[in-house]
Amino acid sequence: MTKIYIPRDMAAIAMGAKRVVAAVQKEAASRGINIEIIRNGSRGMLWLEPLIEVETPAGRIGYGPVKPGDVGSLFDAGFLSGGAHPLGIGKVEEHPYFARQRRVTFQRCGVIDPVSCAEYIAHGGYKGLDRAFQIGPEATIAEIAASGLRGRGGAGFPTGVKWKTVADCPADKRYVVVNADEGDSGTFADRMIMEGDPFSLIEGMTICAFAIGSDKGYVYLRSEYPVVAEIFNESLAAAKAAGVLGKNIRGSNLSFDIELRIGAGAYVCGEETSLLESLEGKRGIVRAKPPLPAHAGLFGKPTVVNNVLSMATAPMILADGGAAYHALGMDRSRGTIPLQIAGNVKYAGLCEVPFGLTLDEIVNDIGGGTLSGRPVRAVQVGGPLGAYLPVSLFDTRFDYEAYVKVDSLIGHGGLVVFDDTVDMSWMARFGMEFCAIESCGKCTPCRIGSTRGVETIDKIRAGENAAANIELLKDLCNTMKFGSLCALGGFAPYPVESALRHFPEDFQKPALEAAAE
Amino acid sequence: MSAAAPWDAARAREIISAHLGLEGPALPILHALKKEFGYVPEAAVPQMADALNISRAEMHGVVTFYHDFNREPHGRHVLKICRAESCQSMGAEKMALDFLARLKLEWGKTTPDGSLTVEAVYCLGLCSHSPSAMYDGEPIGRVDGAMLDELAQEAKSA
Repeated sequence: MTKIYIPRDMAAIAMGAKRVVAAVQKEAASRGINIEIIRNGSRGMLWLEPLIEVETPAGRIGYGPVKPGDVGSLFDAGFLSGGAHPLGIGKVEEHPYFARQRRVTFQRCGVIDPVSCAEYIAHGGYKGLDRAFQIGPEATIAEIAASGLRGRGGAGFPTGVKWKTVADCPADKRYVVVNADEGDSGTFADRMIMEGDPFSLIEGMTICAFAIGSDKGYVYLRSEYPVVAEIFNESLAAAKAAGVLGKNIRGSNLSFDIELRIGAGAYVCGEETSLLESLEGKRGIVRAKPPLPAHAGLFGKPTVVNNVLSMATAPMILADGGAAYHALGMDRSRGTIPLQIAGNVKYAGLCEVPFGLTLDEIVNDIGGGTLSGRPVRAVQVGGPLGAYLPVSLFDTRFDYEAYVKVDSLIGHGGLVVFDDTVDMSWMARFGMEFCAIESCGKCTPCRIGSTRGVETIDKIRAGENAAANIELLKDLCNTMKFGSLCALGGFAPYPVESALRHFPEDFQKPALEAAAE
Repeated sequence: MSAAAPWDAARAREIISAHLGLEGPALPILHALKKEFGYVPEAAVPQMADALNISRAEMHGVVTFYHDFNREPHGRHVLKICRAESCQSMGAEKMALDFLARLKLEWGKTTPDGSLTVEAVYCLGLCSHSPSAMYDGEPIGRVDGAMLDELAQEAKSA
């Protein structure tokens, strides 16, 4: 029976994957052909979704993007044995998109059936946990530390240090919490790994639980990701059935359970202390630090809070050794970063590469420039709290510290490309508006500052005392940056200041011209 | 979209007590109430406060903090349109405002016939296929004005 892979990834579904599945089933039935459809994750070549792959003796052959109306002609072309078709892309793994990638975290994403524990194990899964069991908790944390892995949520805090702090904190209970509240525009790596290879996250959390001495883990997932919730809950059930979650995992003394919790549309709950409040059933109000969550986190207990990607990378680090991961990357940014290239870009997708690519390589070589065909004007890196970078900074290398040097941040690795029709004073206004909508309200600079920011930018856009108001806006940004309690108010000035610095001409326009666009 | 049940105090109490074994049960309860009734009715707030042993004011604070917990019923269908940066880079803002203008609607409001509620959403993680939207929980990529109009029409007839 021929195996056909059609992604269950949310982006593939958004482009009609469910209808494609139905069309393939119907066509196969009417031709009396036996097929097996596997709903895999996405390979990351999102512009090709829905990407159908057929297993042939020569390897997996891809066709995309497939619309339900294309299915008849695919059968006619003999796609079940890899026949030629205008939508054919040949052997998927030989596609040029993979040539410069180094897939570590995403090595299985799109390859396997995401909810099958057996397939996960057949593709190298649980080697990491088995090795952790062999070397013990302390050496496990030492491997993570040696890898140089830093928090992929954006803050870049060394993961090994965090785990060690929690392990060393005396307590009767410790928690493993995963932040899957991926709210940044232009990012979808957490979504993709949880849809395409959820067991890597489950194994990573289990390794962490073993290392720090925990028996309970939570995944806090944003409610905007219903497909993730479905797939992840199925994988949790499959993990329990396979004995890799629950009591005496893989015959060890370790007992560990994971529960999926769903957020409720609050962006600020991606901030770790706000997330913990929300998990406890409270308003998602940011906590003052100290105490650190590592000392007093969920329900006051020592808690590791890690991003999905950081946690899902732990199995590979344990399996292959911290040194192998450390060998990739540059300076203090070690290993790989799954870049998410999005917005007005020709080849939108997820591309996992070692740190160090220039913005030019990412946007033009990998992304292929704008989808509209117009010149690139700005790229926002790192989500709604990230800076807008102009083409003149396209030589900046993708690295935590290199971005800080140009008053920017890499955040969660998302990049949104804008063409030359973008109005940067409007985007700056939107940055402040978003902060005002999502502010938790605890600290004044964020709560009031964001609203005043919107008003001030409105005045600038209307040409009202523009020069004086631009100075006022800069002053306000400074206050928010240094006076806010968390990254929401503290980083919201990045898009605004970068727009002012790199695109001052957009703040000089007469009001009528701006409105006429 | 599955039809929401009318308010039933006994049923709400059942839902609440079914979740009390969880650590920090408030959000799971609120999601379950919303699933059952289509919104979080005011009458559920004191029930929850009692069950969780917190003040009504605290409970009110929790419910109103989160965008997802609408306190009035939605229309029969819900359309969420993404307003975040990636979608804006592909013209989502104008597309959405034009659509709202055609419906004579504001963000978050429901059409007078009760068929459709239109909400803004800040990122659906479909940034590779901006502009994006979600109709009754189903994701849609590369949405445009004509597709939005079709959905509004579809909402009327079902």
